[in-house]
Amino acid sequence: MSTKPTLSDPKGPITGAEAIVRSLAAEGADLIYGYPGGAIMPVYDELYKFQDHINHILVRHEQGAAHAAQGFARVSGKVGVCIATSGPGATNLVTGIADAMIDSTPLVCITGQVPSHLLGSDAFQETDIIGISTPVTKWSYQITMVEEIPAIIAKAFYIARSGRPGPVLIDITKDAQFASADFSYQPCTRIRSYKPVPPTAETDLVQAAELINQAKNPMIVWGQGVILGQAEEEFRAFVEKSGVPAAWTILGVSAIETAHPLNVGMVGMHGNYGPNLLTNECDVLIATGMRFDDRVTGDLSTYAKQAKIIHFEIDPAEVNKNVEVDVAVMGDVKHTLAAIMPHIETKTYTEWLGRFKELDAIEFDKVIDAEINPTKSGLTMGEVIKTINANSKGDAVIVTDVGQHQMIACRYAEFVQSKSNITSGGLGTMGFALPAALGAKMGAPEREVVAVIGDGGFQMNIQELGTIFQTQAAVKIVILNNDFLGMVRQWQQLFFDKRYASTEMVNPDFVRIAEGYFIDAKRVTEREEMTAAVAEMMKSDKPYLLEVCVEKENNVFPMIPSGASVSDIRLE
Amino acid sequence: MEQKTYTISIYSENNVGLLSRVSAIFLKRHINIDSLNTSMSEIEDIFRFVIVAKLTEEQVNKIVKQIEKQIEVIKAFYHTDEETIFQESALYKVKSNSLFEQRQIQNVIKKSHANIVTVNPEFFVIEKTGFREETEQLYNELAPYGLLQFVRSGRISVTKSPMEITHILKEFSK
Repeated sequence: MSTKPTLSDPKGPITGAEAIVRSLAAEGADLIYGYPGGAIMPVYDELYKFQDHINHILVRHEQGAAHAAQGFARVSGKVGVCIATSGPGATNLVTGIADAMIDSTPLVCITGQVPSHLLGSDAFQETDIIGISTPVTKWSYQITMVEEIPAIIAKAFYIARSGRPGPVLIDITKDAQFASADFSYQPCTRIRSYKPVPPTAETDLVQAAELINQAKNPMIVWGQGVILGQAEEEFRAFVEKSGVPAAWTILGVSAIETAHPLNVGMVGMHGNYGPNLLTNECDVLIATGMRFDDRVTGDLSTYAKQAKIIHFEIDPAEVNKNVEVDVAVMGDVKHTLAAIMPHIETKTYTEWLGRFKELDAIEFDKVIDAEINPTKSGLTMGEVIKTINANSKGDAVIVTDVGQHQMIACRYAEFVQSKSNITSGGLGTMGFALPAALGAKMGAPEREVVAVIGDGGFQMNIQELGTIFQTQAAVKIVILNNDFLGMVRQWQQLFFDKRYASTEMVNPDFVRIAEGYFIDAKRVTEREEMTAAVAEMMKSDKPYLLEVCVEKENNVFPMIPSGASVSDIRLE
Repeated sequence: MEQKTYTISIYSENNVGLLSRVSAIFLKRHINIDSLNTSMSEIEDIFRFVIVAKLTEEQVNKIVKQIEKQIEVIKAFYHTDEETIFQESALYKVKSNSLFEQRQIQNVIKKSHANIVTVNPEFFVIEKTGFREETEQLYNELAPYGLLQFVRSGRISVTKSPMEITHILKEFSK
């Protein structure tokens, strides 16, 4: 056969494996991440035939496939797709699936499974991936019959992307991949037991608007819902008309630009001083597309008790889950924010906004200045981020891992457009950033993608340097190396009497490792060379790794100690 | 907050794996299920779970929302004992000779309004449907004569107020 297959409907029956690939193509999934193996080989054979239509990226570990698909999904707003074989291939996806679940990232994960007649026989590479993944998937399904394939994959994409997005796992037995059936693809638009977006009650909108209009010192806390709902423009209009100072959760950042006059910074454990303290002084708190994570609220019994709370939310299970609210405006924020606008009075809160600015000034003097404009020898993480900002003009996608570097990057990175901050928020998955950055770069090739990673997290999925080398995706990798698991060390210093149990790392030569993968790399230890090296890295049109040796025992402040009130935020 | 016995009723599609999804919601919160029953419902193709657990109202409220969030769940409700009519069935297997040698056992059966399901030379089986206390009382009364086997079903329950599932399904179909 010399003719390459086309995507037009096949004449006559096709194999299940071909049906899977055609279904993915029908959903527009032209870029997928995966790793072959026995139980998924028929699908790989079809991916080979359809390589003009679907670009399959061979990762070096299935966890990398899941995170790369997440990075792709987060930057593009599309569904990320990853594929793996049965057994260890499937279980290696699980961390990425759990990460996508808690951070509401749309993923479709396809796993091969042993032939259906061997199910339950402890066959080679058999594992109950449906059972293992049930608590961390929005939906999962095991296909044993070829006829089910197109409808189930259509359902998977619909569920992954609709309502509050999330990961879906489809496990397909090998016999279903080999068997043949007629094929026609109908996208899924409705499932009778599933209502992705709850209806909005007009009375809730009116009541919320009344509270907002009557407020003296209102405050908005927005989350990723604004980005997932593609409601950035509606949100901006709402913020600007209402005049309400708006703070963000770590996953919400970049929905409106950092420099916006009403953007008052980050809430939460390592968030900004002003929005954390004033959470407990505002009279109306408008939570928009966020879920009151414990890292945002601190101690719930002292969280915003004085305030009336309004919650714009798509997921009914999030309402009153952690924080009892006064008005819940259910629905998609793109719709609800637009719908509330006619009820909102145009206002400004000069004095109240001034409070945020006063507290900002205190934070600047006590924390920020030394972090981004250090005069002492020894590089800080903050000055590296500031240098990246200067080079990117805030237009880079910043992908972070987990730990001190993540908090510093999210605190100091500047953003001018949405979907620019990709991080593992809810699950706190070390090893996320390197593969996620690859996915982000491939999902937005025209954008600069900078992965900022600690020396610990970098080594958790270091093997994905191989994928970056093979694809030549021009990811810029900045390792902020303090030879410590820095955040754990910080907690040990503050709460465990400086007993640094298993947090000191004896690290390899990261530059030589990068060079082993033929990736341009440089190590800097001094301020002067750091500035030049960041500029050089940003100018490169190839993958590039920059190791910055930073101060070993710096801490991230401000900090709300675990379980403390937002009012107890510490500056030192 | 005070813990109470709540009956959770779930109307769902009949799919492999949904039971695991539902029980995982309890597992994640370290909550024990007292009883669980699955069956068909009054609507064709719609399945019904009845789950009993001791919970605070806050817990049951959150759990029901998590259950409803599952793709294949149509609707979930929770009710207190006062709001439902509920029963459990129990089967008791007893050695046949004790029926003839111990005359009192016949009085126990008669008094408890239990049914004799089957009798053969080796054993006989009694069935009793009622409240937990009633099946337990019969258990305690029969135990001294030697129970070969005992089994009790999960609670089955209907609510006193109407369940507008047909209406909800219509809403879903819009």
